[in-house]
This record gives sequence, C-alpha cells and structure tokens, in this order.
Amino acid sequence: MADLRIDLAGIKSPNPFWLASAPPTNSGYQVQRAFEAGWGGAVWKTLGEPILNVSSRFAAVSYNGQRVAGFNNIELITDRPLEVNLQEILETKKRFPNHAIIASLMVEPKQEKWHEIVKKVEAVGVDGLELNFGCPHGMAERGMGAASGQVPELVEKQTYWAKEVARTPVIVKLTPNITDITVTAEAAVRGGADAVSMINTINSLAGVDLDSWNTVPHVGGKGAHGGYSGAAVKPIALNMVAECARNPFVNVPISGIGGISNWRDAAEFMLMGATGVQVCTAAMHHGFSIVEDMIDGLNNYLDEKGIASVMDIVGQSVQRYSNWGDLDLNYKIVAEINNEVCINCNKCHIACEDTAHQCIDLYTESGRPMLKVREQDCVGCNLCAIVCPVEGAISMVERMSTIAPMTWNERQSIISSFAR
Amino acid sequence: MTSQLEQNFMEMTSKMTKNEAQEEANRCLYCYDAPCITACPTSIPIPSFIKKIASSNMLGSAKTIMEANPIGASCARVCPTEELCEGACVLNSSTKPIKIGHLQRYATDWAMESDVELFKKGQPNGQKVAIVGAGPAGLSAARELSRFGYSVTIFEGEAKAGGLGNYGIVSFRLPNDVVDWEVAQVVKLGVDIKTNTTVGVDISAEEILAQYDSVILAVGMGAVPNLGIKGEELAGVHDAIEFVKHTKMGALTEDLVGKRVAVIGAGNTAIDGATCAVRLGAEQVDILYRRTEKEMTAYQFEYEFAKQDGVGFKWLTAPQQIIGDDAGKVVGLECVKMKLGEAGADGRQRPEVIKGSEFVIEVDAVIKAIGQTRFVSLIESFGLQHTNGVVDIDETTMQTSNDKVFACGDVVFGNGQGEAMVVTAAQQGKDAAYIIHERLRKPSEIA
Repeated sequence: MADLRIDLAGIKSPNPFWLASAPPTNSGYQVQRAFEAGWGGAVWKTLGEPILNVSSRFAAVSYNGQRVAGFNNIELITDRPLEVNLQEILETKKRFPNHAIIASLMVEPKQEKWHEIVKKVEAVGVDGLELNFGCPHGMAERGMGAASGQVPELVEKQTYWAKEVARTPVIVKLTPNITDITVTAEAAVRGGADAVSMINTINSLAGVDLDSWNTVPHVGGKGAHGGYSGAAVKPIALNMVAECARNPFVNVPISGIGGISNWRDAAEFMLMGATGVQVCTAAMHHGFSIVEDMIDGLNNYLDEKGIASVMDIVGQSVQRYSNWGDLDLNYKIVAEINNEVCINCNKCHIACEDTAHQCIDLYTESGRPMLKVREQDCVGCNLCAIVCPVEGAISMVERMSTIAPMTWNERQSIISSFAR
Repeated sequence: MTSQLEQNFMEMTSKMTKNEAQEEANRCLYCYDAPCITACPTSIPIPSFIKKIASSNMLGSAKTIMEANPIGASCARVCPTEELCEGACVLNSSTKPIKIGHLQRYATDWAMESDVELFKKGQPNGQKVAIVGAGPAGLSAARELSRFGYSVTIFEGEAKAGGLGNYGIVSFRLPNDVVDWEVAQVVKLGVDIKTNTTVGVDISAEEILAQYDSVILAVGMGAVPNLGIKGEELAGVHDAIEFVKHTKMGALTEDLVGKRVAVIGAGNTAIDGATCAVRLGAEQVDILYRRTEKEMTAYQFEYEFAKQDGVGFKWLTAPQQIIGDDAGKVVGLECVKMKLGEAGADGRQRPEVIKGSEFVIEVDAVIKAIGQTRFVSLIESFGLQHTNGVVDIDETTMQTSNDKVFACGDVVFGNGQGEAMVVTAAQQGKDAAYIIHERLRKPSEIA
C-alpha cells in the first residue's frame, strides 16, 4: 500500500483527490458525504457576497454517444448566506479533522473586502484559502473572477491583500481564458501565493437547439456564455499545468484541475507537476463514489511501479516538456502494421490517403486483404495508429537515424555561426 | 385461444429503441471499402446509413437503404445477415459484429412511421414495360423503371402484391404491413399493379408481348411437388408453401391445437412449416429428412430457431406412405431408415434405404417441404427456353431467349444458377431495370 498522503504548500490531505469548488461542495451535507466516500479534500463552493442564480444552468456535450464529454455551466458562486456556510464548514471540519477543507473566496478587488473575508473563514478553521480569479461567467461582468484574473496586476495585488492577513496557505486559482497563463501565475507568485491551481473553466457555449434555435442552455430564450469543463478540457489543462511547472518563476506547488476523470488522469497531472488534483465534472456525472477507483487505481499503479509515496511522482515528467525548437529533427519513427492482428477496417489507409501522407498501401495476398506502410514515405505522424480500433495492429517503431541528433535551435545556431 | 395464436404469429424481434440504435450506430467503425457492402447483394452503403442514424439523419438513412434495395424493410428482417453483411463485419475479428439488420429495420421503420416521400417518378419516356409477378424481384424492377420514367404494369395472380413477402415468409419474421408499405412505395411512383390477374388466364402472353416494349418475368416458383407416395390426397396433408400462406392470410385456425405434425424436408421452407405448426398449437412437430444434419439446406440460424421452438428432427428418415383412417384423414406416416452411400453427381452422398427398417409414426398432419415446382407452362407460353423449368438467361444481361423478355428472381434460380434469397431477387430486379434502361439509352451500341 503506497502512501497517498499529500502536502500541498502545507495543506495536508489523506490522498490527492479533492473536490473542486463547484456545485458538489455547495453544502456541509455534500462535503461530508464526499469525505465519507473517500475524497481527501474539498474546496468549498466560492464564498462571497451572496448572489442570485438563474434556472437552467448546465449543459453537456455528447460525442458519438458518449455523454458528458464536455460540460458547460452558468451557475455563479454560492447563493447561500456566508454565516450558514461558515457554520457548516465548522461542523464538517470538526467531524473530519484530517481532511482538507479549503475555502474558495471571491470579493470585489478591494483590500478591506479581502481582509474581512479571509479573517472570517480562517476563524472557523479552514486548512487553506483558494482565491477564485477564474470564474468566467456572471461574476466577471461585475469585475470579479476571471475579469480580475485576466489582469496580472490585479492578480498580484489581490493575492497580496489576502496574504496580508492570511494565516493559512493561499492558493490562487487561475483562469485559462488568457493567452499565456504563466503571466498570471507569475503575478500570483509575486503577490505571495503559496500555490496556484488551474484551470478554471473555459468560456463556452454548449450548443444551439436546431428546432427552437435557442442557445443550450437558455434562460427564457436567452443565453450567456458559460464555463467549459470535463474530459474534453483535460489536454488544455494539462498543458497549462505543465507550462507553469516548467516555468522557474512559478516556483510554488500546483493544484491540478481540468477534466480529471480517473486515477490515470490524476497521475498524468501529478507527473506533469501537480501536487494534487481537484475534480468536479466526473463527480457530477457519476457521484462521489468514483473516488474509490481513483484511490485504488493510483495505489495499485504506485505499488506496481515500486513507488512508496505519491509525492515521489510529482513533477517527474516536467523536464521532458520543452519547446518545439529543442526537439530532435533527426528522430524517426514509422508505422508498422501487424496483418495478423489487423481486422481490415482500412481506416488507417483512408486516413493516411485522404488526410496525411499517402503511404499505406492496400493490396491482396492470396485472396486476403492486406495493408502495408511504405516506410520511405511515412513521416511518423501517428494518425494511422490513432484511428486504428484494434490494440496491437499498428505500432509506431523507432528507426535508427544515420545522422546525429540535432534540434532546430542547434541547427539555427550552427547556421548563424557560419554567417558570422 | 385465437388471441394466443395471434400472439404466436406477431413479429418476434422487437424494434431497437432510439438509445439502442444510437449506441449500436456509434459502434460502427465506418470502415473504408467496407466488407459489409460487398457482402450485401444489393450493395447498400451500410456504414453510411448507420452513420446517418448516429447523426439523427433518419430520412437520409432510410433513403440510403431503400435507394439500394427497394425492399430494404423486408430484407432488414429476412436476410440471413450472419451469412451476409454481419458475417463480413470486421468487428467479428475483434469484438462483436454490428447489428446491421436491426439498424436497417430501425431506419426503415422510421420511414414507415413517418410516411415520408423517399423517391419520385421520372419524366415519362414513352416506353412501356410489363412485369409478370409482384414479388421482390418484380417490385424492385418496377420501382427503378418508374424512377427512370417508364410506364410500368405488373401482372399479379394473387389478390395482393408482395409475392413471397406477403404469402411465403412467416408472419413472426415478416409481418404483412411491412410488405404492404413497400408495395405502396412502388404504387406511389405510378406503377400499375394488376392483382388477381393470372397471365395465361386473364391476359395471354402474346398480348403482353405485343403491347409492351419490354417484359420482365419475375414469377418465382410454384407449389411443393408431390412426394410420389401413397396417401398424399388425404385430409391433413399440406403443401408447406400453402400452409404458411394460410397463416399469413385471414384468420388462424385451431385445427392443429394439440396435434402431431410431421414435416418432410429440411430446407428453410420446412423450418417455416414446422415453426408455423408449433405456433398453431401443435403438440409435437418433427422434421423428417432422408439425409443428416450436415446436409440440411436450412440456414444454421433457422435450424437453431426451430430447435428453440421445440421442433424435433428425425435424420436419415424417409416417408414411405401416408396412412389414413376410414374418413380419409391422416393418422400415421410409414417411414424407413436411410443410410448415406456413395456421392452422387451433385457431390452429395446419396441416401439409401435400409431394408426392413420400416416403422410407423402416429401423426395428424403431414407438411411437404421438398422444394418447389416451376411455372413451366407460363414460361413456355412466352416461348422462352428453360432447363427443367429454370429460365435460361444470359447472366450479364438477364435476357432470355427472347431479347425483349428479361427474367429475374427465383424463376432463374436453380441448376447452379443464382441464389434463392429475397435480397438477391431484389438486386436482380434492379439489374433487369438497369439493363432495359441502358438498352434504351444506347440502342445503337447494343444493336
């Protein structure tokens, strides 16, 4: 049994799986159910001035029959009185002293507002704070959430204000609705953040109803953009985590968020630099019990790899993430088709023929349809292996290069040295 | 009781729900150069119609099917899909094949329920075509010809069009309303179907040959031949084709409730006769075959189906005579045991009588299912050459010995020529139509 405990900037939890600040952490009842199910921590639904919500709030995107491939919401921060939330946090912390409870906060960008709320939530015994600079809808129109999270100066200043009075670790939650997330991550660190978390949701419109021509969802015939989450956003989130993890100026722990649906996703985020992960959409799709396999699967993975503590995998893949200019131009892989395993759906052939490099030949050998890669024309793009529905039918294999490795950057510097 | 019998003859397989259909449709790999298309005698672009179900383009899906196969709703139910499209599905090699037949039914059921117009009649081209027989082949030819602008008349001896679909295929596999819908699609294109019109009785072959530019002979096959044994005239001896036909037309009778039935033969028609007898309430139904399980011509799935229905099989058993009582009713069947001897001219081992092995089984009814006879006199009335009642054709042009007469469907099946599947008949009907049209478009080249 591997040690699944994590310590994220001083916040300790029995495992790396936290519920993100969202509908699942709206109340003490829910958070306590989650802890009973096995979740290691919960970031409470964002506290602030109580707001009003609309009816019809969520929408999801199905892809080829797979429900909730992506999820869109226009729900705002908590609509319950602050005192009620604080009382429930107190009770929950009392029942689950070893679980992490983090208060998500969002107030107007004013020093006194931040001081006031930080003091109030720390008084009930939270383990940490998460400043919500990411919520992309509704609150942003009032200058909060993503609106302040998109301005590096505001991120830095508000973090600083929170840190002025905070006694528990401060995590800054960043919005992905920005060209370069490392800019705001650096600003948070300059403001004194103990950790950053990412990503919040991505601006989105889930769809348009083809019969009524209304947006999906719509509120009485009108729609507004929401925030996108779920499995579809995972690659976007993973890149942002990785970009921050390899940035020397973002030298604080990262809490990874975005499309994490199982232990495999969680392990990937941790290898790419996240100290722990936060989950929302997967829990909304399946309920709190999904954490059981997250814990079990991660534990079995670590045991199988002979790794004693989950903290030991944090960031192990970061140094493998680089710039395109640092990639070896002479590295070569090619596709190899195993006709014994191949079921002859010919998807690789048509994908290559129509949309890639025309190097997979269809032919017949003693009456049997066969496929073969013309290696000299294969660029190693992986498309055939990606569309292949059968495990083991197409392998991408390395071919020894006759020339020494050379990156684009090395090449350019050699060329410019000649020019000199 | 009657309502129970009616229940027995209701379509067995239920329609896919929207969820099932979408899930299954999404499982289709959308192969390139898909083997399921090649395996379909009518070459339905199967991956296309399936993807259209997945994208909720139901009109497009139904049209894709019906375009390639004018009786696509029937074929969705009666095709031996394990032997055709589903048997060719590449997923047989990895997981499990796509339920193509069920999806085809889902799409065509949508078309039936939606009452949409799938196809339009072509601009009249002044040419007249007569089709003899309104079964799968005749209807398919008519549908295509009408779309090309031909004036088409079908002569059908039965009271309803549909042929085998309406008279020969058991109701629990193919309900009549499906066939009626397919017929209606053809009628909507302006095809004139003259039912209750037997060629040779109500109109002569000569008149047809004189009045039409081209003629398509699609009359199928006839009744089951005689066994050539004593007692065939007894009450309780049935022709399997007629027997099934009775269950399709009008009220079901209770004559067989609790009775013992012997079916002679082991082809698909024998299975139909046997399973109909079970569903009519017979206590015991046995199929008697003079060869063994290995040589039986019924499809494997039909065989399995019959066994599930409780039909018994007596292999290497041949009937010697049917025994009747004083009232002329069947009471027994004398049989003899057989053994397989040397291979005959067709390569199959010939069954030989085991002398002295005669035995009698008590039965109340005997159903004959040993093949079908040919409409020889009709074929000859058109002056067409034939071999043992199978019309001789040039397989590439479907032309008979009279170059304005084409033949397709079961009337050309036999003697090693063609396949006796509904879907094959449909394709041959299409082919005949295309050839007639091609000939019109390029008269000089053909002449």
